[in-house]
Amino acid sequence: MSLVALRDVSLARGGQPVLERVTLAIEAGEIVTLVGPNGSGKTTLLKLVIGALKPDTGVVERAPGLRIGYVPQKLHIEPALPMTARRFLSLPAPVGRAEAAAALEEAGVAHLAARQMTELSGGQAQRVMLARALIGRPQLLILDEPTQGLDQQGAAAFYRQIETVRQRLGCGILLVSHDLHVVMAATDRVICLNGHVCCEGAPEHVASAPEYRALFGTGTGGALALYRHEHDHGHEGGHGGAHGHMHEHGDGAA
Amino acid sequence: MLDSFLMRAALAGLGVALVTAPLGCFVVWRRMAYFGHATAHASVLGVALGLALSISVVWGALAVALVMGGLVAWLGRRGHSSDAAIGVISHAALAFGLVAVALTPGLRGDLTAWLFGDILAVTRGDLAVIWGSAAAVVALLAWRWRRLLTATLGDDLARAAGIDPRREELVLVLALAVVVAVALKVVGALLISALLVIPAAAARPLARTPEAMAAVAAAIGVTSALGGLWVAFLLDTPAGPSIVCLSSVIFAVTSFVPRR
Repeated sequence: MSLVALRDVSLARGGQPVLERVTLAIEAGEIVTLVGPNGSGKTTLLKLVIGALKPDTGVVERAPGLRIGYVPQKLHIEPALPMTARRFLSLPAPVGRAEAAAALEEAGVAHLAARQMTELSGGQAQRVMLARALIGRPQLLILDEPTQGLDQQGAAAFYRQIETVRQRLGCGILLVSHDLHVVMAATDRVICLNGHVCCEGAPEHVASAPEYRALFGTGTGGALALYRHEHDHGHEGGHGGAHGHMHEHGDGAA
Repeated sequence: MLDSFLMRAALAGLGVALVTAPLGCFVVWRRMAYFGHATAHASVLGVALGLALSISVVWGALAVALVMGGLVAWLGRRGHSSDAAIGVISHAALAFGLVAVALTPGLRGDLTAWLFGDILAVTRGDLAVIWGSAAAVVALLAWRWRRLLTATLGDDLARAAGIDPRREELVLVLALAVVVAVALKVVGALLISALLVIPAAAARPLARTPEAMAAVAAAIGVTSALGGLWVAFLLDTPAGPSIVCLSSVIFAVTSFVPRR
C-alpha cells in the first residue's frame, strides 16, 4: 500500500481553486519531487499530506499509523520561547542523550546543541529540523524547499545526505523545490504541479514534456543534462566519485 | 495557622503564582497576552451573572471566561485580525460586566474588590478552591506539556506529528478560564493578566529551555506574591497591586540580564 495517496483531490480557498482533481501516491523508498511555479499549490498539497488541511472533494489516504517527519522551509520561533537545539529534538517525544548527540552529529550540527534555535541561520536551523525529523524514524520524510539559501555545492551535498537517509531508513521522501536542476537529478520521480498535475514521471521525461517547458521554459535543459550525468555516475561509482563531478558541474553551471 | 488572615492570603497568593507561571509562559510564547487580558475582563461579567443568578461567583466567571476564550479562539481561526477582535470583545465584556454589576442590587460597593481583588478576605473555602484548581491546571499542563510545546512551535509541525493544534489551543483556553475564575478573588480582573505575563517575561532572560523558564517564572511569581503581601502589610497599600508592582520591578531588573 502507498504511504500516502491523494485521489481526485480538489480544494478551493477564498473561492479560488487551489488544487483541482489531483491524484498522486508516494511509495516507500522513493524520492518524489514536487515542482511548480509560485502559487501552484505546492504548499497546500503538503498541508493535505500531513493532514493540516482537508480536501473539499476527493480523499487523502495515509497508511495506518504513518510516521511523518516534516521539515518546514522555515520555522518561526518566538524569541520569548527559550529553546536550545538539543531541547528541540525532544519534541514531541523525549530523546535520550546519546541518540540526540548522534542525530546532531549526523546532521553536521553537533557544535550547535546548546545554542538557541532563534540564533541559528536558516541553513543551520533546517539541519537541526532534519535531525529532529529523522530521530522519529519516519516512514515518510517531507522537506519543504530544503535547499533554499544553500549554494549549489551545499544543495548537492544536501541531496547526497537525503540519498543516504533513504538507504538507511527505507522511507519515502517528498521534496518541494524550486531548485530544479539539482533536485531533479536526485529524484526518482518528478511531479510538476500547477493547480493540477501537469505532468509526472522520471526527471528526463518531465523535463522534456511540453507542459513542463511551458511552465519553466527550456533554459534549464542543459544544466539538467549535466546533473543527470553526474547522478548516473553517483549510482555507478558510489558517492566519492559523484563528489568530484558535482563540484565541476556546480562551477560550470554557476 | 489558617486562622490568620495573613497566612491565608499568603497561601492564596502562593497557589495562584504557582499556576500562573507555567500558564503565563504559554501566554507569552503564543502571544496570547491580550487574550488573557480579554478573558480576565470578561470575568467581571461572570461575577455579575453569578451574583444575579445566586450561583457561585467562581462558576459565573468560569462560564463567561470559557465562552470568551472559545469565542476569541474561534475568531482567530476564522482569520479575523484577532488583535482588533479581542480588543472589541474585551472592552465590550468589561463594560457590560460593569453595567450588569451596577444593575445588581447591593453590589456597587464591592466592585473594586472584583477589579483589584481582595486577597486579605480569602476564606478557607476559597483556599481549597484555589489550590484544587491550581493543582488540576498544573497537572493538565504537565500531562500535555510536549504536545502544547510542539503546537506552540507551529501548526504544521504539530499536525505532522499527529497533534491537533486546535485541541491544544482549547486546552490552554480551558486552563486560562479556570485560572482567571479562581484568581479573580485574589488579584482581581484587572491584574490577572499582569500575573500571567510579568513573571514569565521576567524569567525569559534567565532561562535556556521552556521548562527552566516555567520554573524561574514560578519562583518570581511566588517571590512577588509573598513579597507584595509583605509590602502591602508594611506600607498599608492594596495587596493585589503591590504584588504586581513587585513583579514589575523584578522584570525591570532581569531585563538587564543579557539573554542566554
